Amino acid sequence: MPGTRFPIKGFKEGLLIKLGDGSWNEVQANLLEQIEERLEFFQGAKIAVDVDERIVRAAEMGAMRDMLSDRGVHLFAVISKSNVTDSVAETLGLSTHQTILREKDSTVRNMLAGGENAILIRKTLRSGASIKYPGHVLVEGDVNPGAEILASGSIYIWGKLRGSAYAGIEGSENEVICALDFYPAQLRIANIVKEYPKLKIKIQKSRNHAQKANLFAGEIRVSNWDDQNLLK
Amino acid sequence: MTAKTITITSGKGGVGKTTATANLAVSLASMGQKVTCIDGDIGLRNLDVVLGLENRIVYDLVDVVEERCRIRQAMIRDKRFEELYLIPAAQTRDKNAVSPTDMIKLANDLRDEMDWIIIDSPAGIERGFRNAIAPADEVIVVTNPDVSAVRDADRIIGIIEAEQKGPAKLIINRVNPQMIQRGDMMNADDVLELLAIKLIGVIPEDEHVIVSTNLGKPVALDEKSKAGEAFRNIARRFMGDEVPMMNLEYKDDIFHRLSKVFRTGGE
Repeated sequence: MPGTRFPIKGFKEGLLIKLGDGSWNEVQANLLEQIEERLEFFQGAKIAVDVDERIVRAAEMGAMRDMLSDRGVHLFAVISKSNVTDSVAETLGLSTHQTILREKDSTVRNMLAGGENAILIRKTLRSGASIKYPGHVLVEGDVNPGAEILASGSIYIWGKLRGSAYAGIEGSENEVICALDFYPAQLRIANIVKEYPKLKIKIQKSRNHAQKANLFAGEIRVSNWDDQNLLK
Repeated sequence: MTAKTITITSGKGGVGKTTATANLAVSLASMGQKVTCIDGDIGLRNLDVVLGLENRIVYDLVDVVEERCRIRQAMIRDKRFEELYLIPAAQTRDKNAVSPTDMIKLANDLRDEMDWIIIDSPAGIERGFRNAIAPADEVIVVTNPDVSAVRDADRIIGIIEAEQKGPAKLIINRVNPQMIQRGDMMNADDVLELLAIKLIGVIPEDEHVIVSTNLGKPVALDEKSKAGEAFRNIARRFMGDEVPMMNLEYKDDIFHRLSKVFRTGGE
């Protein structure tokens, strides 16, 4: 109903706003009113919305993101209990409960025993998809141009890497990026960036040599998986 | 019979959705099928122009949705065929005039009288696109063999999957065999390497398409047009006929030039 104000919680990544019940249009109108009431407070804010069990469609989510952006607010995540809504959010490049960096994570230490998180994604990431995770990311599928993975740990792709991969985003320099078919747009490990030349339209089909990228002497080095140098 | 509802979309604008909608509708109708096509591009309609029916519009999609007329009153019958109809878009409204639920209801109302309902989606991924795919049994993505169009197609295929309307099928439009041979254009395999969905047709670049659009005579009616033939082949595939893909290779080597000479009895 009009005039409803949703509870807001602050956390490390931004603000979390739990949306209430009612039609999507009503809820959206309430949210926008709430923001307009305190425009200066919300200026430049990054917000996540919690939609609970609600199924939100691509155009609805996209429209909300645009309307928030018009008011200087950046919607970066949708927290939901529905797989359908999660899937839509990922496709639009928004974070979900699985991929959002948690409150307590300020730095992720590279531990050898226990405590390491990993997420397995069993599908191809198409253009526009963005996965962000406080741990390692495994993809069984391709990462297409226009898709990106941001991991505080390492990234392993059982498929083609044609999009962008950022490992060790919290600063860990021991992370690696591996793929069966390695032709990324951009790589990043910790603070080091490597840009690649534009992908040719004739994809080299014969290059089926699995490769691995790691930091060596301040640069990102890409080697074949069975390259002896990797053992150093 | 209950109609199958097909939505033609692309993400990127200008790749040939409207041309594909018109030509598939016409090809199916010429095989005796009952077809209604719907222009989902409210505000920027052009399916009516491509079909040559623009001077016969009295009622449009928004009139039907807002109940100012019955569906049949808005259905323009294409006199070239037994049962081919167009429900045109409204020119002076916007995409919010229609909702996904309206589109589902419209398709349901037509389902028992038609064999095919073909919906021309607008470009983009917003409301118009959502309206267009809401009633779809199947979504077809049209793309051009260029990096920018394929990037958008990849995005929209992902959205179609997320909206639970997948897997989509693909038409590659405006293929130029000469450019492919020179290495200046992607071929079908290059496109499929990225998009990884089922290919249902490849349409060659063909001047006849522009001429036919200007005349309001869809190119599938032109026996001399390669693009027309390719569209007719797609329609045959819809009907279950396993037509092999047209050979679009451009062969400019000595053997082919010679064989052309022998076949035509000399230049």
